[in-house]
Amino acid sequence: MDPQHLELIYLIIAAAIATYATRFGGYVLITQLKNIPPRLEAALNAVPAAVLTTLVAPAFVYGGFDVAAAMLVAFVIGLRFSTLRMLLVGWLVVMVIRYLVV
Amino acid sequence: MDGSDFRDGLRSGFPITLAASPFGALFGALAIDNGFTIADAVLMSATVYAGASQMVGIELFGSHVQPWLVVLSVFAVNFRHVLYSASIAKHIRHFSLTQKLLAFFLLVDPQYAETEQRSERGLPVTFAWYLGFGLVIYVPWLLNTLVGAIFGQMIGDPKAIGLDVLLPVYFLGLVMSFRKRDRFLPIVATSAVASVAAMHFVGSPWHVSIGALAGILLAACLPLQQAAKEVRPAEQEA
Repeated sequence: MDPQHLELIYLIIAAAIATYATRFGGYVLITQLKNIPPRLEAALNAVPAAVLTTLVAPAFVYGGFDVAAAMLVAFVIGLRFSTLRMLLVGWLVVMVIRYLVV
Repeated sequence: MDGSDFRDGLRSGFPITLAASPFGALFGALAIDNGFTIADAVLMSATVYAGASQMVGIELFGSHVQPWLVVLSVFAVNFRHVLYSASIAKHIRHFSLTQKLLAFFLLVDPQYAETEQRSERGLPVTFAWYLGFGLVIYVPWLLNTLVGAIFGQMIGDPKAIGLDVLLPVYFLGLVMSFRKRDRFLPIVATSAVASVAAMHFVGSPWHVSIGALAGILLAACLPLQQAAKEVRPAEQEA
């Protein structure tokens, strides 16, 4: 194996170790604390909605009209139905706008 | 190991498999573009197993950025997993050490969200369920990387077949599943505004860390006593 390719393999392994450290580290930190301070608990409870929102809001604002429309319709579907239906309907809306409307 | 829990995990993971598949294939194709071999691409999917950071990693590698900076960027993009692993600690306390070590490896965004959601619904987070849910995402992720790497250029523009809309819609569904939690609306509104502003002024992928931090800080700073009163009825409903 040439040195450059070997360097890439090391790079991938290092990235894997760095990623595993993030997935392991939070558990170690939290179990070292005997009592979780209430503000820390409030913060941890907010993590999923806060993180996932950052993957949604910019896509809605910068994704273009078709993606925004699909997300709006999917939102209404999501109030009553499953994620799989949201995906199906969202995909249909995007395809209809791209190929039948525009 | 409970077979019905395992199958339950497989079933609930399936929508994510569908949503993530195009991205696995896209990663494979882009990795080839950036100088990876097919084996390198599959190795990265198998060991790093974190979609967004893998995309960032191959892009930086392709632009000949210094290796330590590539690793640091992968670490930064995945930093949110520290919060996930701290937050699911209370749900996986009963796992054995080996089970925990494997559980951390599989702790991707949907795995975390679905674990929280399952416990929110009052269902037990067993290792069998966790493993079923994880494997039905992990194995196709590798296969899709392989297919994407092999067919590279043939995928062309994912927009042409509407694949680009699947991930934002999927994440939207996950956000909505937490809508019964305390302080949901102010947290989501704050993270939404902060992430869009960060996207505009700083750029991707920093909008994730900055936007999330804004919502989390808000939750930590809001008055506590009121929060304690509201928590119980909301949790019972869910």
